[in-house]
Amino acid sequence: MPTNEINHLEHHTHIEKSSNIFDSVSPKLVLVGNPNVGKSVFFNYLSGIYVDVSNFPGTTVEIAKGKYLQYELYDTPGIYGVSSFNDEERVARDIILEADIIINIIDGVHIERDLFLTQQLIDMGKRIVVVINFMDEIKKHHIKIDIEQLEKLLDVPITATTAIKKEGLKELEQLIDKARQGKQNKILHLKLHNMLNSVGSQAEALLVLEGDEITANKHGIKPLDQREPIYIDRRNRVNNIVNQVIEEASVRKHITSLIGRWSLNTLTGIPILLGVLYIAYLFIGKLVAQDIVGFTESYFGNELWETWIRSAVSDFITPTSFLGTVLIGEFGVLTMTVTYLLFLLFPLVFAFYITLSFLEDTGYLPRLATMVDRFINFLGLNGRAIIPMILGFGCVSAATITTRLLSSEREKTIATAILQFAIPCSAQLAVITALLMGAGFQALLIYVFVIVSVFIAIGTILNKILKGESTPLLIDLPPMRIPRMNNVLQKTSLRTFSFMKEATPWFFFGAAVIGTMEATGLLQVWQKALSPFTEHWLKLPPEATTAFVMGLVRRDFGAAGLYEIVMNPMQTVVALVTITLFVPCITSILIMYKERGLKTATIIWIGTWIGSFTIGGIVAQIIV
Amino acid sequence: MTLKNHISLSKVKKGNIVRIITLPDGLARTQLIRLGIVEGDLVKCLEHLPGGTIVIQKKRQEIALGSKLSHKIIVIIN
Repeated sequence: MPTNEINHLEHHTHIEKSSNIFDSVSPKLVLVGNPNVGKSVFFNYLSGIYVDVSNFPGTTVEIAKGKYLQYELYDTPGIYGVSSFNDEERVARDIILEADIIINIIDGVHIERDLFLTQQLIDMGKRIVVVINFMDEIKKHHIKIDIEQLEKLLDVPITATTAIKKEGLKELEQLIDKARQGKQNKILHLKLHNMLNSVGSQAEALLVLEGDEITANKHGIKPLDQREPIYIDRRNRVNNIVNQVIEEASVRKHITSLIGRWSLNTLTGIPILLGVLYIAYLFIGKLVAQDIVGFTESYFGNELWETWIRSAVSDFITPTSFLGTVLIGEFGVLTMTVTYLLFLLFPLVFAFYITLSFLEDTGYLPRLATMVDRFINFLGLNGRAIIPMILGFGCVSAATITTRLLSSEREKTIATAILQFAIPCSAQLAVITALLMGAGFQALLIYVFVIVSVFIAIGTILNKILKGESTPLLIDLPPMRIPRMNNVLQKTSLRTFSFMKEATPWFFFGAAVIGTMEATGLLQVWQKALSPFTEHWLKLPPEATTAFVMGLVRRDFGAAGLYEIVMNPMQTVVALVTITLFVPCITSILIMYKERGLKTATIIWIGTWIGSFTIGGIVAQIIV
Repeated sequence: MTLKNHISLSKVKKGNIVRIITLPDGLARTQLIRLGIVEGDLVKCLEHLPGGTIVIQKKRQEIALGSKLSHKIIVIIN
């Protein structure tokens, strides 16, 4: 049945958005698909090397933009449907609305789920090409897809690929220009057609009809509440299509899917989790954070770079002058900051992102989130929050960024507070372990008990006092897959690059502030002001104050400062509890301000000051 | 079909096949329809974790539901 009988001749006008991301007049080619369908592989293949990653205006969602032939190529976040339920969807929606041609990638193994989005794009009247990816897995699962029939039913060009093996990508390139509007539901289409006067485009009319408030507000009208019937009808149409094109043999279990099952179950899942954590620790905590960073920081950073820049700058500026202190002093903008950024943060962040990207591509993380969901509910979070928390043991700053994947501001605040208070990062952990080993088993027990109690208390208290309710877990478990290293590496370098790009100015700013404080003597004033507190309330030697102030700059500095001080085992516990709960390093504070905003971040920051000294003091009064 | 056969999904044992009678309103419902789950569907309880977190399966689609959500989904055992 040809669709053009009700196809309109008039051009659907686009309302150009003022956001600066769409700056060019070239036609826009947009990749759209559910999460984990391999979109990035297509993006990397089509875009070549010139890729620009930036935050979408007004959000923390990163968007990759490239060039393909005459097209401006956009990647979008993985979504299950077009609307405005979270930041990812809002960003994807805005880009989809601007798209001239959409390449819709679907996972052939989950065709029933993925065609919902396809059908919605068709209902929007967008010109699309459909790509069925993972043909190798489709064969493995003994699924047969009648592509010709599917092409007829949807009335859009379709091609099949195994993108990861580069199979079918050339054929896709041939099809892009043949993209067209698919077969739409006539009744729905007429409804949309009648709305064109007030809305401007069929795509936006559909969103308004489906109750999308943001799109409706944009046109100054009220959203219509037709989502449920439209969704049910679309779901039925999709199921109908799937029944006509799919033929499958009985499902045989693969080893990867068995591992997936095991990692869900508490009994087998916990040993698997411990194994994963141990390997991640060996890689990030040991190989990169200690061995590699130890070498790059002290050799390239302190020895080569800092020595050179100090002598170079000293020729023009006296090192002891105000400017000299700020530029090349202990916290110098040109000395410490450059070493941190290039020789410490860069390798660490790269290691994190490579681990995270690898785990993401295996499909393990959603299963972990499921297994721990119930435990984390008590803290006012759902299972997803486990990911930033585990990352926090590596680097609190990087972990604070990953709180973005939580769905509500409430959950992000709770997770950030827990991270900033109660989770020691890997750098600190090494020093803490060493000091506790010296202080004996009893000290270790008290330390662990206090920190775990604080961890639980923060979550529980915030869960009580913050308004609203946390969202229950609802996640689609992707199939377990063996990640492709080149894809993991590509993703890692994009993420690392964009992290460094964002963090760098903040670092220079932070160092300039601390350097100025040092040069003006403010740092010493601070140290003096804190010391009676240290001696009487925390019952620690006065030198411990310096360690706390140093801890402000970097957490492990603070803990390392404690090495030099003679303390009895119980004093060690007090000092370590205080420094763990005390303000995290300056990077994590800056990132917290950037992610959570002025108000929340300030409350958490002041909270860590009060909390650490109060709890440290109470412990001191009891045990020392 | 009598009402007393209706139980919440959080009470379903691992391995049982159930028919979904009602899904809660709101975002979760929308998301489930997108993922391919509607009222009347048959699904398998793939995993029942302590506390009521449930993993359901329909064909190759596996979906994890937190206990707050699984409590609100009404099913009958097939």
